[in-house]
This record gives sequence, structure tokens and C-alpha cells, in this order.
Amino acid sequence: MESRERILAQLKIHQRTNNVLPPLVVPPAQPLNLVDKLVTILTGIGGQVAKVTSWSQIKSELLGMLGPDERAINLIPELEFLQPTPLGKEPHLLENVRLAVLKGHFAVAETGAVWVTSDLMGDRALPFICERLALVVEEKDVVPSMYEAYERIGSASYEFGTFIAGPSKTADIEQSLVLGAHGPKSMTMFLLKTN
Amino acid sequence: MSELNATVSTSNKDHAERAEVFNKDEARVNWHDQTLWFIRSKRDKAAHTLAEWELLREAASQIKLNVLDNLFLYLQEFERNAMTNGIKIHWAADANEHNEIVHGIIKGAGVSHIVKSKSMLTEECHLNEYLHTRGIDVVDTDLGERIVQLAGEAPSHIVLPCIHWKKEEIGELFSKHMGTPKGNSDPQFLTGAARANLRQHFMSSRLAITGVNFAVAETGEIVVCTNEGNADLGVQLADVHIACMGIEKIIPKRKHLGIFLRLLTRSATGQPITTYSSHFRKARSGQEMHIVLVDNGRSERLGSDDFRNALKCIRCGACMNTCPVYRRSGGHSYHYAIAGPIGSILAPGLDMKKYADLPFASTLCGSCTNVCPVKIDIHDQLYKWRQVIVQDGYVAGGKKTGIGIMDFVFSKPGVYRFAGKVGRWMMNHFPFVVNNKMNPWYKQREMPVAPKQSFHDWYKERQRK
Repeated sequence: MESRERILAQLKIHQRTNNVLPPLVVPPAQPLNLVDKLVTILTGIGGQVAKVTSWSQIKSELLGMLGPDERAINLIPELEFLQPTPLGKEPHLLENVRLAVLKGHFAVAETGAVWVTSDLMGDRALPFICERLALVVEEKDVVPSMYEAYERIGSASYEFGTFIAGPSKTADIEQSLVLGAHGPKSMTMFLLKTN
Repeated sequence: MSELNATVSTSNKDHAERAEVFNKDEARVNWHDQTLWFIRSKRDKAAHTLAEWELLREAASQIKLNVLDNLFLYLQEFERNAMTNGIKIHWAADANEHNEIVHGIIKGAGVSHIVKSKSMLTEECHLNEYLHTRGIDVVDTDLGERIVQLAGEAPSHIVLPCIHWKKEEIGELFSKHMGTPKGNSDPQFLTGAARANLRQHFMSSRLAITGVNFAVAETGEIVVCTNEGNADLGVQLADVHIACMGIEKIIPKRKHLGIFLRLLTRSATGQPITTYSSHFRKARSGQEMHIVLVDNGRSERLGSDDFRNALKCIRCGACMNTCPVYRRSGGHSYHYAIAGPIGSILAPGLDMKKYADLPFASTLCGSCTNVCPVKIDIHDQLYKWRQVIVQDGYVAGGKKTGIGIMDFVFSKPGVYRFAGKVGRWMMNHFPFVVNNKMNPWYKQREMPVAPKQSFHDWYKERQRK
């Protein structure tokens, strides 16, 4: 603990009090259609968006994404597509998951990102280890920017949370964009609008 | 096959000498220059989509100033909250202590093979070399970092570690280390090969090291941003997670992430956000999580009015992409973990003698300052470092003599006019005196034609008419 005391003592010498935190930057009101913007941004960074009006529509789309004998995990009870699966404790056993279907809390129009917390993931490794990721977000849950995103998150006490914006990707080789670096090769957002 | 370890060259060459080596291949320099300028252009396009961009920069700069002013309090708040979340906190005064702590945790876990996602702090501390000599096999999992690691190099750019590598060379490297077919240099194919290879490392490593982009004092959580998902995959498949961070990574409140995440990736690559912005608040059940808080000169830097603002840096790399010197000299010419303008003001704070050349590796054009998302006065600091370095006598003999002569000539109008006359006469009558390799200004440049008369003479003549 010696270093801790030394570092803090040095920091205390340089402690100043005259600067206060600035107000947050509130983005100007967005006249644009939020959903249109979300679709443009997310598809621009390699994601896919399917606008749907019912759970059964999502189900049929998902069936089309899944080959025979491919392992899929669904964690959404409303979606009568595969029984929501209780996962074991061993994340390594998820390596052969071809498709994972999760709910997102909300999506952010300006970044195409979906907020997902560990309580929606079954296992925290799932959204990263699966080959294709499907996230369901209700259309009423689209917020304009990261500012509103953090207003919405507030003081939630998640254990782990992540914004997911599109599939895993890299452009490390001569700036050529390749989808599917280490995580999912595709990410599909189902935007659900129910009446 | 034994893994090569990233090593920083130990030669004593300065920036100019290294840049000269880089500049031997003109076509390659042009390609490097244009690639980085392309990324700078994408940054502009992304920044211009937000009407509030300048307000965001100002707010980010002020939040970071508040952090620097109150780091004593924020660090303790962060520590308290992280410990409440079950995270073990370690404090390291310098690079060596950081490496010892990390090694101790690895030994305690009884593993010898680990995965690591991108962390400039661990580069700064030379963690890989430290662990390598102690029998720990570290696999860098960011694709660009893996490429330079296999090649035995350090990253040449903090966001784009292998920006100086051509795909054909990467194809060759992969063929040697991963057995990919010779001659295949398709980026899609090579990325696929690296994915398959690194997946095995993810599956077999019980310990993962990550960097930290932001640490929130209010909640004790850390945020790690990647496009590849390598940090997440590594951590979620491991029993032990070690996150290493410089003490300046603190931000006061969670809602401030709304400002920093809007700025970071737009500034870095022009993307709206990275694919993953992961908030680690508690370890997964059964997992151990450690955070190593590293000082390594930062608390001392805080006491310097001239140079403390450099600690606001969020490591986006925008200053490198825009820098005319970086683009044409390459990241390795800076011989420090962080290249470019920001590296040139951070490095002398650690070792003024060793890095005395870096603040001179700039035209002081100010482009770095203009793109910095947290408004660090980078080019002013470069200028101030030059003065400190000259005053403390760390400037090389040739440069010192040159500056002395310039001082003599420029401070005496008569001498200046006479020197100008001689110079013009020489350039016009004996051009080879300046157009030769002895003259550093002649390298990669055509010397201009000398005017017949000076501005001073022209002006006097005009007044007479």
C-alpha cells in the first residue's frame, strides 16, 4: 500500500479547486425521423435492420437465417422460436453457437448502438462468441443520441453492460473493412413496432 | 514456434535519422501519408455531422481539467466504488511496479499463457518483454497489434498499430507464422485466418489483460472500446481479468461518457462509435477482476502548469493522422510507445534526455491542436518543451551551434542583411554550394531560385521612386 499513499500524497499537493464541471452538452432537437437515421447509421457500419410488426414475423426471419443442425440460443420468452435456453456456467461451450437472439434495452439513432446489459445476455460471453447476433429493440425505444442514452441508463446498477453497434469488425489490414474480426460476423437489429 | 515479442528498437538514432530511413522509399512514404490523410478526412466528415461538435470538445476539455484538478479525490472515490463492486485495486508508482503487480497476479493464477487486448499503458511499461523474460506467453489479440507482435515490432500508431504494413507483407508474415498459403494477401482471407488462430488463444487462456478507455469515479466501472470484440471475448472466457490504466483515465460521472463516447471514435477513425463500448462494473460470477492504477510520472506532471494538460489525452490518435511530420516519417521514428504530436509532448516528461529530439519533430503548424477532441494545446507544448530542453542542455551539438548562429544573425540587422546578400550571391553563382547532400534542406526538396534582391532593398528602392 506504500505506492498508494505516495501517489495520493503527490496528487494532494496538486489538488486545485477552482474548476467546476461544465454542464452537459444537450444536442439540438432532431427534426429527422429517428428510425430512418438509426437505419442509415447502422447499415452504414455493417449492421442490418429489419423493421417488423410482430413477434411471429421475427420468428420467420430468424428461421431463414438458420441452417439445418445449427445451434441457436434464444433468450426472449415472447419469441416462440426455440425455447429460451437455460445456459450452463461454462462460456466455452457456447463456441458453436451460430445464432444468438437477445433483447436490447434501447437503440441510439446517431451511433446505431444497442444497449444490452448482462441480465439480458444469459452468459456475458454469448453476444461476443456467437457467429450471428440478433437483437430485438422496440421502435419506441430509439433515442436520438448518446446524451439521451445515458439519461436513460441513469444510475442503473447492471453488472456488465455494452453498446453494440454492428458486427465485430477490423480494418487493420490496409484499411480494408472486414466484418467478423473476433466476434459476430453479422448483427441484425429487429425493430419491432406493435400497436 | 516461439512467439516473438514486441520490442522497441534499442538503437540510439534520433527522430530525424529514423525518418531518413523511412524516407528512402518515396512511394511508400506517399502511400503512408495518403492513408493517414484519408482517415483524417473521415474524421472531419464525422465531426461535421454534429452541430454541437465544438461544444462537445469544450465540455470534454473542461471535464478533464476538473479531473486533473481533483484527481486526489476522484481516484479515491473510484477505488471505493470499485472495491464495493468486488474489484481488487492495485497502485503502481512506476512501470516496473506495474509489471511486478501484473506478473504477481498471473503467477497467483498459475497460468503461463495469456491474452491481452490493446493497452497503450502496457506498451508504455513494456509489459510484454517483462513477462516474456519470465516465461509468460502474451498474445496480443487486436489484429493490428498481433501483426506487429509477430513481426517483433512495437505498434507504430496507437489506434492503427500496423498502419505502416502492406497487405503483401502481412500475407508473407502470416504464411510464416500461421501457415497461410504463400502469395495470398487478401485482407478478408488474412483476417479470417487470424480469427481462427486467435480463437484458439481465446478458448485456452484463463487470464485476460485489457486496457481502459474510461474509469468512472461515481460508479467504479471501467469502459473498454473495441471494434473487434477482442477485449470482451478475452475477458468473458477467462477466470481472471486484469485491467491496466493510467490514473488520468478517470472521469467523474457516468453521464460524462455521453460526451466522451461521442468524441472518441469520430476523432479516431470517423466512425460514429466503436462496435463495442463495454462497461465492466462487476466481475462475472466465479471470476476475479483486478484494476492496476499506474502513476509512472503522471502525478509529477500534474504540478507543471505548462505540461499538465497533456494528461487530458483520450488516445484517439487524431493528432497523428493530421500531422504532416508523422505522416511522412512513420510512427517508429518517434522511438516511444506513443508516436506523433501527443507522444512528443508526453515522452520528454518521462525522460527528457532520451526524448529530447521529439519536440523538434514538428513544424508547429498547430493542426494537432485543432483536431484534438479534448483541446490539448499540443503545438504550444511542443514549443515550450523545446525551450526547456535547450535550457537544460539536452540539444545535440549541431543544432545548438545552428541555433547560436541564427541568434547572432537574426538579432543584428546589419549582419542579417550582409548574410542575406552573400547567400543570394552564392545561390545564384555557385548553386552547388547549397544543392548538395551536405545541406539537410536539400533532402527530398528542390532548393528555390534565390531572388535578385531582398525585400528590404526592394522596399527602399520603391520608397525612393
